[in-house]
Amino acid sequence: MVNSLMGSGAGAVPGNGMAGGMGGGSAMEPLALLPEMLLAASAVCGLLLGSWLPRTRQWPVAALGGAACVAGLVATAFGATGTAAFEGAFAVDTVTATARVVVLGGTALVLAMGAEDVRGHPREAEFWVLAQLAALGALVLAGARDLLPLSAGFLLASVPAYALAGFRKDGRGTEAALKFYVLGALFGVLLLSGTALLVAAGHGTSYAALGEGLGDAPHGLVAAGSLGVLLGLLFKAGAVPAHFWVPDTVQGSSSPVAALVTTVPKAGALAALYRLVAGPLDGAPVAWDALLAAVACASMTLGNLAAFFQRDVRRLLAYSTVSQIGYLLVPVAVAARTELARPALLFYVAAYALTNLGAFAVVCAVPGARGIDDYRGLGRSRPLLVAALAVCLLGLVGTPPTAVFLGKVGVFGAAVDGGWTWLAAVTAVNTVASLFYYLRWLAPAAFGSAAAERAAGADPLAHGPLTHCPSAHRPLATATAYTAAAASLALGIGSAPVLDLLR
Amino acid sequence: MLTLLVLLPAAVAALLLCVPRSAPRALFLCAWTATAAAELGLVLAAWAADGTPMDDGMRYEISTRWIPSAGVGYHVGVDGLSLPLVALTCVLFLACAVYTWHEGGRGTERMREYAALFLFLQATCVGLFVALDLILFFVFFDLSLVGMYFLIAGWGHSGARRAALKFFLYTFTGSLALLLGFVGLYLASMPHTFDISELTAQNPLSGRPLYGGLVLLALGFGLAVKTPVFPFHTWLPPAHTEAPAAGSAILAGVMLKMGTYGFLRIAMPVMPGAWRDFALVFVVVGVVSVLYGALVAMAQTDFKRMIAYTSVNHMGYILLALGAVAAVTTDQHTEEARHLAVSGAVFQMVSHGLLTGGLFLLAGVLYARGRTYDMGLYSGLAARTPVLAGLTGIAAFASLGLPGFSGFVAEFQIFAGSLGARPVATALALLGILLTAALFLRALHRVFLGPLRLPRVPGGEEGPVLPGHERRFGDIRAAESVAVVPLLGLAVVLGIAPRFVLDVVEPASHAVLHLLAR
Repeated sequence: MVNSLMGSGAGAVPGNGMAGGMGGGSAMEPLALLPEMLLAASAVCGLLLGSWLPRTRQWPVAALGGAACVAGLVATAFGATGTAAFEGAFAVDTVTATARVVVLGGTALVLAMGAEDVRGHPREAEFWVLAQLAALGALVLAGARDLLPLSAGFLLASVPAYALAGFRKDGRGTEAALKFYVLGALFGVLLLSGTALLVAAGHGTSYAALGEGLGDAPHGLVAAGSLGVLLGLLFKAGAVPAHFWVPDTVQGSSSPVAALVTTVPKAGALAALYRLVAGPLDGAPVAWDALLAAVACASMTLGNLAAFFQRDVRRLLAYSTVSQIGYLLVPVAVAARTELARPALLFYVAAYALTNLGAFAVVCAVPGARGIDDYRGLGRSRPLLVAALAVCLLGLVGTPPTAVFLGKVGVFGAAVDGGWTWLAAVTAVNTVASLFYYLRWLAPAAFGSAAAERAAGADPLAHGPLTHCPSAHRPLATATAYTAAAASLALGIGSAPVLDLLR
Repeated sequence: MLTLLVLLPAAVAALLLCVPRSAPRALFLCAWTATAAAELGLVLAAWAADGTPMDDGMRYEISTRWIPSAGVGYHVGVDGLSLPLVALTCVLFLACAVYTWHEGGRGTERMREYAALFLFLQATCVGLFVALDLILFFVFFDLSLVGMYFLIAGWGHSGARRAALKFFLYTFTGSLALLLGFVGLYLASMPHTFDISELTAQNPLSGRPLYGGLVLLALGFGLAVKTPVFPFHTWLPPAHTEAPAAGSAILAGVMLKMGTYGFLRIAMPVMPGAWRDFALVFVVVGVVSVLYGALVAMAQTDFKRMIAYTSVNHMGYILLALGAVAAVTTDQHTEEARHLAVSGAVFQMVSHGLLTGGLFLLAGVLYARGRTYDMGLYSGLAARTPVLAGLTGIAAFASLGLPGFSGFVAEFQIFAGSLGARPVATALALLGILLTAALFLRALHRVFLGPLRLPRVPGGEEGPVLPGHERRFGDIRAAESVAVVPLLGLAVVLGIAPRFVLDVVEPASHAVLHLLAR
């Protein structure tokens, strides 16, 4: 089991490195990094536990990971914010706290929705450990206020995800992993060289030092360096122009992995982007805000256009996440221009993660259904599941009263207040466009009849109405879908306390 | 009180969805009808308890904090602008519930979901008319779109999926423009708020013509798509043609009013300056809608499509009135005239809701027998179905503005009020009345007079098409007429004794004019 794949070895090395590093930090602030330490500990223990447990009963590893996530959430809820660890290199503030809630909560949901998918797999424990390590990387990305932990977080969030993408070792999975890995290596190199250039330009790695040092540095050096770092983070976020891995990885890997890579690392990457743009890059000689606004527009537009005629639901969701990242980059782009940007970004990240995971949980709950036509008539056999799907898909559009609606209102507000009304208008137009493909999926699921689909049967992706076979039911994934959909509604209606916290 | 009005149908809808699908249809129908009746009773009680004359303030107002950090509150209330519309909503939904009783509801698939969807729609429509917070308004606005989408897509005719998608895409575009406008208002206010009453008091855009123009552009676009006015009306005919009859009645009778109500409730009081600056645009758009709607309606051979286009025509009158009143004068007579125009606009909303609702239900009756809306395939129906012919005739005459019906009162007020301020536009719009009269008379003539001819469509009403088919083409049934007759009766009552509604509307229209003159 241990020697069976590159991922566990590759994932363990940075994992150990970080765990050792955190030991040093915890000497100053013993409790500041508690959620990260819990997750790292559960990943390491899970790896050990997995090698002692019988191959068919490895669920305790997942349970341990889930417990670590919940404990981390509790620690975040009761932990103090406004501190820092590693001499300021790791911020523990509202951004980190939100990212922790999103990453830990998202990981817990992924563990729940994937339990039935991975059950009985010969390398089940490794799956859970890799998922936790990827989440840990996202946490490090989110808190980093220094280029070195940022690079470490990037690697830690990426390498386990490569292994997860190819976990099933089938043709599509291998292709997914390969594409993910090659692009990841490319953008990883860009990030590292960008870091080197910025260090050379700013004479330091911490954001505080860079903020002072970059002002006098040669413009070309700063521009090239920042571009490298930003591109690396855009890869993690899955935004244009670094989005090419998203559709193939999401379609080729298993549904829980797809849910994980489109949600958890994005939260970390967006927090990191926000810190960079609102921190050392604010006041830099290059207009990064305009560039990010252009990236946001390109991302939402290309994502939507590409999603239009997809017939595979996971590919459709993959392009939908590309467009969602576009919306999420809007508050990042105006971060330095308005105070409304931060709460808008943080709320939208949380709302998006919840809603996106809900949609993927529905996909997990109907194994064997790949194309839109496989969902035809699902409303008759499983009306509640289709209701959850409707909440999540309409939620992704931004229909009130789901959480994404308020996120979108916040994004519009930030863009208009930041003086970029055109950006809000582009977002609105794209939102309308996105409605089209979500409805292409939702309408047959809600109204179609399976008999009509059997008669038509022309779609190459259709496997017939597998979805209606009772043995294919997955109670845990179904429950996850219900939970996520209900939580998305609850976050939308009861958003007052959350927004107060984000201020 | 208002919260109960909004939550009751939503709660019953949720309850119905918990009942197993195998339960008898009558159970769902009974629950639906009882809830709709209870809603109507509640509104009438609220109306009666308040008594007349009313002042111009809000009644039954509730304001609690919802998302205070974002300036969003749960703020509801009714005044003379919204109370008649809430009552109209409840009347129409009850009529739709009763209408569905024909054939014991056998004509409707998935009765449980159908009833739940209608109750949900009722909750959103009532909620929209009582909302006094922009976000609350938007929530109900968008949810009503979602509900109507599912209604058209799930229960419509053959091309329904496409029409529903078009409807959703168009109106959703409008709703996002609306949202952008709301965000613009929010950011302009100080302190930031989405509360309509506070925004009205603040008048945040005074002295900022460019910003005000942009916000009004966003709001105007969003509401114009919903109303709909030319050139944003293209979603309307397919949506109406494909929707089930009761859905069309709600869409035309209630949901189109959301657009014009939005103008009256939000655009005019909150940004009077911008409204005055751009009033001419609304007058022009209104008149074009009046003429275009009437002309295109005249060219239709499809009965339902024709009614759909007359809606464009009728909503155009409202926009004309709202645009015309923006001309500010201090003259006492003009003041009275402007006041007449606003009251007429509100009255037209109610009247159009009743009449178009009735007409669409009658179109549904026709369809249930002939399985087609094509007027060319029918002829001489008056001989076989005299009651249906009579009712359709009454609805058509009322709709074209014959004295004695509510349409006349409304249109007379609108024209009398607008003529002084915008004589040319009003004169042009008067042509619309002529055109409407011509098209309705022609339609009546085609379908009900002449030699008897019935469409021979396979799969016609329950059973094979055989020589016996013609015998099945019966007159209007009890449940159908119980749904339609009260609507037409109300139109007559409002036409003869409009005071009891105008007493409620007039103080509110005075208040709107007062706010507009700031």
